[in-house]
Amino acid sequence: MFGYYLGLAVRSLRRNVVLTMLMIGAIGVGIGASMTTLTIFRAMSGDPLPDKSAQLFVPQIDNWGPKRHGAGTTGSGLKLQDQLTYIDAIRLMDAHAAKRQSAMYGSGLPLVPANPKLAPFTARIRAAYTDFFPMFEVPFLYGAPWSAADDTAHAAVVVLSRKLNDKLFAGANSVGQSVNLDGHVYRVVGVLQDWEPVPKFYDLTDEKFGKGADVYMPFTHAIEQQLRGSGSFNCKDPPESGFEGVLRSECIWIQFWVELPTPAAVADYRLFLRNYAAEQRRSGRFDWSAETALRDLPEWLRFSEVVSDEVRILVLVSFSFLFVCLLNAMGLMLAKIMARAREIGVRRALGANRSAIFMQCLIESSVIGLLGAALGLALTALGLLGLRALLSKSIVALTALNTLDVTLVLALGVASAVLAGLYPTWRAGQVQPAWQLKAQ
Amino acid sequence: MELRPILSSMRRNKVGAILIGVQIAVTLAILCNGIFIIEQRLALSQRPSGVDETSVFAIDNEWVGDPGDLPARQQADIAALRALPGVVDAYAANQYPLTNSGWSESVQLDPDAQTPNTSAALYMGDEHALNTLGLKLVAGRNFEASEIGERRPTDRPHTAVIILTRSLAQVLFPNGNALGQSIYVEGNKQPTLVIGIVERLQMPWTNAGGWAEKYFEHSMIAPYRIVDSGTWYMVRARPGQLATVMKAARSKLLEIDRARLLDTVEALSDTRIAAYRDDRGLAVILAVVCASLIAVTACGIVGLTSYWVSQRRRQIGIRRALGATRGAILRYFQTENLLIAGMGALAGIGLTIAVNLWMVTSFQMPRLNPGWAVIGALAVLLLGQLAVLWPALRAAAVPPALATRSA
Repeated sequence: MFGYYLGLAVRSLRRNVVLTMLMIGAIGVGIGASMTTLTIFRAMSGDPLPDKSAQLFVPQIDNWGPKRHGAGTTGSGLKLQDQLTYIDAIRLMDAHAAKRQSAMYGSGLPLVPANPKLAPFTARIRAAYTDFFPMFEVPFLYGAPWSAADDTAHAAVVVLSRKLNDKLFAGANSVGQSVNLDGHVYRVVGVLQDWEPVPKFYDLTDEKFGKGADVYMPFTHAIEQQLRGSGSFNCKDPPESGFEGVLRSECIWIQFWVELPTPAAVADYRLFLRNYAAEQRRSGRFDWSAETALRDLPEWLRFSEVVSDEVRILVLVSFSFLFVCLLNAMGLMLAKIMARAREIGVRRALGANRSAIFMQCLIESSVIGLLGAALGLALTALGLLGLRALLSKSIVALTALNTLDVTLVLALGVASAVLAGLYPTWRAGQVQPAWQLKAQ
Repeated sequence: MELRPILSSMRRNKVGAILIGVQIAVTLAILCNGIFIIEQRLALSQRPSGVDETSVFAIDNEWVGDPGDLPARQQADIAALRALPGVVDAYAANQYPLTNSGWSESVQLDPDAQTPNTSAALYMGDEHALNTLGLKLVAGRNFEASEIGERRPTDRPHTAVIILTRSLAQVLFPNGNALGQSIYVEGNKQPTLVIGIVERLQMPWTNAGGWAEKYFEHSMIAPYRIVDSGTWYMVRARPGQLATVMKAARSKLLEIDRARLLDTVEALSDTRIAAYRDDRGLAVILAVVCASLIAVTACGIVGLTSYWVSQRRRQIGIRRALGATRGAILRYFQTENLLIAGMGALAGIGLTIAVNLWMVTSFQMPRLNPGWAVIGALAVLLLGQLAVLWPALRAAAVPPALATRSA
């Protein structure tokens, strides 16, 4: 029966090619537009560490008090500060209240390769504690993270990204080798595998979808070297002169992450943060009851507004567009099916029941949906190509179709066509055979 | 034109009419808001930065391995750049417009106030800065060589004299008497004298929405040579010589000393393209969607009306046989479309304004002038009339003799 209906559907679609093309076109264009933007939206709002994101938290402390105005390098509104001061970062590190914790910041240093054939370049640096690697499940190709003892000793050791290792050491195991950063020699202790979380969740102040670091080094060592951060740096009041002044200031520029594996640990840490803020007030550093917060990774991405307004607008516009296309296809399908009222009347008179008619029309709309989806898929690929030419690299890096997307497109196509065909199909089932035949 | 037969036939064909009406309403809402966003983003991306972008370029100079005596090295570099043929002027900068990252500081009129009046981008430069960037001094004077100090990024010196943009001066001194007044910058308790006002200099931040859009010309220039292992060298070339000078500047700097990185040598016109890439991208995509939307809606009207025409061929033949002219048949379908589209457009105007109000709150977007929604509605009505023309003409071509034939 299915094969017969399929044959009928194809024959019916070929009878009025223009109308069929219009329907397929409407569904295809709508799906193409909405899938293009949805692909980007999904990539932007995706979870970079799905199996662990619920255990990773960012502590926040209001160290500026009631007047949270933006007098620093960038104006932060009334939102709770998104970074910590050096003072708080060090005290939270020392408290060791979580299973794992790491203060961190990004910077840059000139790297002079030992191979004279390679030109010097600026290497992206991430200063962090050893917990950074196990906490974020960073995969190692060679070696291992530096030790907690290296953190305490302010050791001049580094972990390289795979890309940098490929460039400097042609991909060989470089553990034990040395790297020259701005005239200082560092010993390589580990090389990472490819690790580019999207978005770059651990530091969203700079580029949200930017590349990760080339070189990781102990936070303590970077501070000792007076390495300034290259990301956002915000102050309530200007700091005193010199790097020491920055460290003593209430300026926020350090990211901080903790790993809390159980709900009990989370509750404990919340309490710890509140107590910490209260203690700062008692000691006279704050003269307000400082707000604290502890957000997990997915919440943190929302707080940091990772998905740009541009992409949100595009998703909204394209889905409204899909809606119009569906209304359109529905109107056309209605026209097409009602034009066959006579044929349906004959079939009903010959004994076909309503569900058989319904089935036949459903198959016809599914065929249209599949064809529309195929067109939509092609248009999505084209749309992503277009976006790559139009939008900045950081957004576009995310846009690749995967099998899930393709399945999604096909499902969306058939679902929309069936949805659009539902009312016309139902109307077809309502055709009164006697009335139709009499009218002739 | 008699409306009653149209209305009664529409009542028998409710779903088709509603489908077209809703389509028109949603189309109108997307079109109006889409074009409004396009217009805003294009306007945003065309705001002048104040800099002579056609002939200014920036060099990111970074010393490798802490060579020492940075001020002298920088002076030598800048002197060499100024001496290059085709160069108008050059200076060392801490930041420049259109880069979306930079340095801003608080500004206040009362040194003891808890809250500053505003914050402004802090540009640092010597007496050559204005000439290099091509800024227009509209009041007061430029810095003198004796006023220029050296400053490291973590220094917090007292700034004695400063140049403001007109926009910032206007906010601080609404009476227009900023020149010669004292302001307090960077939370310093000692006064800073306003000695000059430039017509325009944008902040480095260009993002749409939020504070950078509101204060985009809040900038001040302080008399410093920024001393750091990495600084920007800004260079202005003579008209038409930008490309040659960019190449020459790079090789000159490497000739002076190779122990440096020149990661970026970029013309400001390219910085502008990068800064507004996403805004322009959004505008282009919205334009494509709007155009496809118009096409889809028009095709939908053509398709559905054609169906109605073919369904009513017999009735049309009878009307013609009873004396209706071709014009009357044409007018019938045109009026029918006008009624449906009119109702859709009315709903669409409401929907347009609702969507805009929602965008005002969630995307910090300005309000849409309702007049535009009305103009959009008229355009959509026109679109409906054009789309219905072809099927209506086909209807008018139905011969009266059809009435005499049996189906």
